[in-house]
Amino acid sequence: MEYEPVIGLEVHVQLNTKTKIFCSCSTKFGSEPNSQTCPVCLGLPGVLPVLNREALKKGILAGMALNSRISQYSKFDRKNYFYPDLPKAYQISQFDKPICEGGYVEIEANNKKKKIGITRLHLEEDAGKSIHSEDPARNISYVDLNRTGVPLAEIVSEPDIRSGDEAYEYLQKIKSLMKYIEASDCNMEEGSLRCDVNISIRKKGASEFGEKVEIKNLNSFKAVRSAINYEIERQTRMIQYGNKIHQETRLWDADKNETYGMRSKEDAHDYRYFPDPDLAPVILDSAFIDEVKKELPELPDEKRERFIAQYNLPQYDAGVLTSIKQLAQYFESVVEKGADPKKASNWIMSELLGKIDDAEKIDAFPVTAEMLAGLLKLIKNNTISGKIAKKVFDEMIKTGKDAETIVEEKGLKQVTDTAEIGSMIDRVIENNPKSVEDYKNGTKKALGFLVGQVMKESKGKANPQMVNEILVKKLN
Amino acid sequence: MLYKYNFEELALLLERGEVRSVDIADSFLKRIQNYDKKINSFITVDEEKLYLQAEESDARRKKGGELSRYDGIPIAVKDNICTKGIKTTCASKILENFIPPYNAAVYEKLKGSGFILLGKTNMDEFAMGSTTEASFFGPSKNPYNTEKVPGGSSGGSAAAVSANLAPAAIGSDTGGSIRQPAAFCGVTGIKPTYGRVSRYGLVAFASSLDQIGTFGNCVDDAALLLSVISGYDKRDSTSIDVEVDFHPEKLRDDLNEIVIGVPDEYFKGVSEDIRNNIEGKLKELEVNGAKIEKISLKYIDYAVPVYYLIATAEASSNLARYDGIRYGYRSDAASTLDELYSKTRSEGFGKEVKRRIMLGTFSLSSGYYDAYYLKALKGRTLIIEDFKKAFSKVDVIITPTTTTTAYNLGEMINDPLQMYMSDILTISANLAGIPGISIPAGLDREGLPIGLQIMGSHFREKKIFGLAAIIEKICEPIHPEI
Ligand SMILES: [Zn+2]
Repeated sequence: MEYEPVIGLEVHVQLNTKTKIFCSCSTKFGSEPNSQTCPVCLGLPGVLPVLNREALKKGILAGMALNSRISQYSKFDRKNYFYPDLPKAYQISQFDKPICEGGYVEIEANNKKKKIGITRLHLEEDAGKSIHSEDPARNISYVDLNRTGVPLAEIVSEPDIRSGDEAYEYLQKIKSLMKYIEASDCNMEEGSLRCDVNISIRKKGASEFGEKVEIKNLNSFKAVRSAINYEIERQTRMIQYGNKIHQETRLWDADKNETYGMRSKEDAHDYRYFPDPDLAPVILDSAFIDEVKKELPELPDEKRERFIAQYNLPQYDAGVLTSIKQLAQYFESVVEKGADPKKASNWIMSELLGKIDDAEKIDAFPVTAEMLAGLLKLIKNNTISGKIAKKVFDEMIKTGKDAETIVEEKGLKQVTDTAEIGSMIDRVIENNPKSVEDYKNGTKKALGFLVGQVMKESKGKANPQMVNEILVKKLN
Repeated sequence: MLYKYNFEELALLLERGEVRSVDIADSFLKRIQNYDKKINSFITVDEEKLYLQAEESDARRKKGGELSRYDGIPIAVKDNICTKGIKTTCASKILENFIPPYNAAVYEKLKGSGFILLGKTNMDEFAMGSTTEASFFGPSKNPYNTEKVPGGSSGGSAAAVSANLAPAAIGSDTGGSIRQPAAFCGVTGIKPTYGRVSRYGLVAFASSLDQIGTFGNCVDDAALLLSVISGYDKRDSTSIDVEVDFHPEKLRDDLNEIVIGVPDEYFKGVSEDIRNNIEGKLKELEVNGAKIEKISLKYIDYAVPVYYLIATAEASSNLARYDGIRYGYRSDAASTLDELYSKTRSEGFGKEVKRRIMLGTFSLSSGYYDAYYLKALKGRTLIIEDFKKAFSKVDVIITPTTTTTAYNLGEMINDPLQMYMSDILTISANLAGIPGISIPAGLDREGLPIGLQIMGSHFREKKIFGLAAIIEKICEPIHPEI
């Protein structure tokens, strides 16, 4: 019997507004505990929430990037539960009227494009953080409420995902989109992107769903992929041996590479959602929505297609270049400064990306777009060879100097003087009679060897094409 | 004798330099010292802070320059309105020692107009009750008869104004909590339109119904104080930006231009003395030129159940934050987190509050939500429509404020259903969000005050005050003897 997994993701994306969603406290990460709080986010008696318009706008932009419908009527509800890091004992969220509904993102799976449906995107406030004392004897817990009230967009996918790899691609895509529209930093370490997985197994092709298991405590995209792979195996094995899957929440143990069941009565929760009477429904007219739409930049998919069409790049290269907005911008500036698009793309793909940790920070890279264009120009007009160019590039990264200066300083200019090359060839012919003989007897490989010797003689500076031409002429 | 003066008289005396703010504070403080043991209208009176504020006001006045006419007049504030650095208890054990680090919008406005804080008044715990008996600090008494309740939940504010322990007071009204005690204590009390006064800093009971209002010994004082605390506040998303047009100088109204609606339904089950009194007033108004029209507000029977479902649902969520974690009372008998919650809340809340939290929790629970909470919202819409229709035909509606005059102490405390039913004439205004006032219309055969209620359409406080000022003149003035 063949089985297939049915997977849906719930992604919490922290919207990178300056202030919290219902008060004016800062959202800065990593400050002194409880230093970014006020009566409102502390939930003191008598306080009231006021919706941050910036958070609303970013939520709408996020929905647009996910091809969602923006609701002209949405509202905020209270999700009631007790927890020490939830000061009001309710979280303001959106229950049945979210700000965005429907939508999809496109991912690449097994070299094919696949659409993953989006159910909804809604806005809510984050809770605080509980910190438990490491000394078990003291048995004390602390609460840091800096994060309380930070705006979140929860993105719920349709159960369209079928593997760990697809989930990974989906998350990459969400991250790329959110970064493109500058709605979130999507940093899993800092908690600005969090992901829970819903996964069940069914007979391949069946239309009904199996019992759903939720996986939490996932702290990287890789963990999501591994946890899904683990869970697919576990659940399939269970079913094959005739066991039933129970609806439960499991946690991912990154050290052991496995999921384990939570011993809690969490499933008994009744959140008693009801409309928050302190917040009026959010009613958006189409003029406002159109206004926000104007701020929507060119998104990665569109950009990739444009790169393919406009610059004649291969699908893969265009995909890499457009996956990060700053990288795409860098590429286009290099081209704008006169470089050949194909050459620029090749150089970025094969040389540059290996030398930079985080392509988002390419603006801080010592070799600016203009400098790279300068380097490519020296290759193009035969001032230096491609091989020398790699050395020059390393030097540019080290010193921040432009290519021309380095070539000048180090005397790396390509030798294109026919007489000079000719005399080098003469020396090589004289010193390698065996190879010359071989060539004349029809061993074509010998030519390559001789070219290599000439290049060596010139310390790599001779123009390889000229060496080739003159050598052949002389040998014949 | 300063305690007998109204705002205008006090303002004039201050203006002429005949009295200082310190003298006024002193006069009320003496009254409180002499009589509040009996009335128990205040929870907190900080003498030191009071004199300090009065001295500061006197210094301001001495210095000259631009000054509010009312600078230095003390006001009593209900103890569910946050006052920075001064205990705000909501008459609950759970907030017995809570000192807010911020000021309610209303208190900021009072301070901005130079008013000083006389003290924080007693109330039913978290404003849940109609008698002020549900206070952790003991019941307040009715100044007309200390065997009787002052009404509630703003019973302390009403009693203080009635007994001249404060010139005027701030209260809050969720289902009648200003108008009913105003009626029982023989003072004027207004609940303005929902959205007229910022709720920022008012400790929430039922957010969609709560509204802050004022008490005075005359219509002008209540109107003046309301004009001070009214106005849009961006910190309250339900606050509405509408002109404040009811300053006492602008109030004079002409009876010949008024159409008064009288709903039959609001006279059913009303005591004979009250009915006779109100009907008498209506006749007098008619004689003097007002047009009286019979109207029907047929959904009144739904008002009590609709109100108690919505109010308790919201309360169950609003009061969830009192969990012993960050502030307020914390049980020391707990050994687990769940126990900390349940013991703190079991020990910290009074009986009526717990009853309402449980009712509200139940009606929001999955499986019951549609049958209770959602249905209540639909009922509320019907009541709103009812009023809308009425106000298309009449300018204002006159009814009794209550079905009886003040109850005996202890009479209602063990009969919550009876107590809930007693709100029937006031809660519809909260459900519809419309303004309502209660003014003293006389005494019943027991010598207890009778309240006359005027309701108007949204933001028509001016109309209400105008008519109230006329009715005030045709009513026999009443005073308690204490
Ligand atoms: Zn805050």
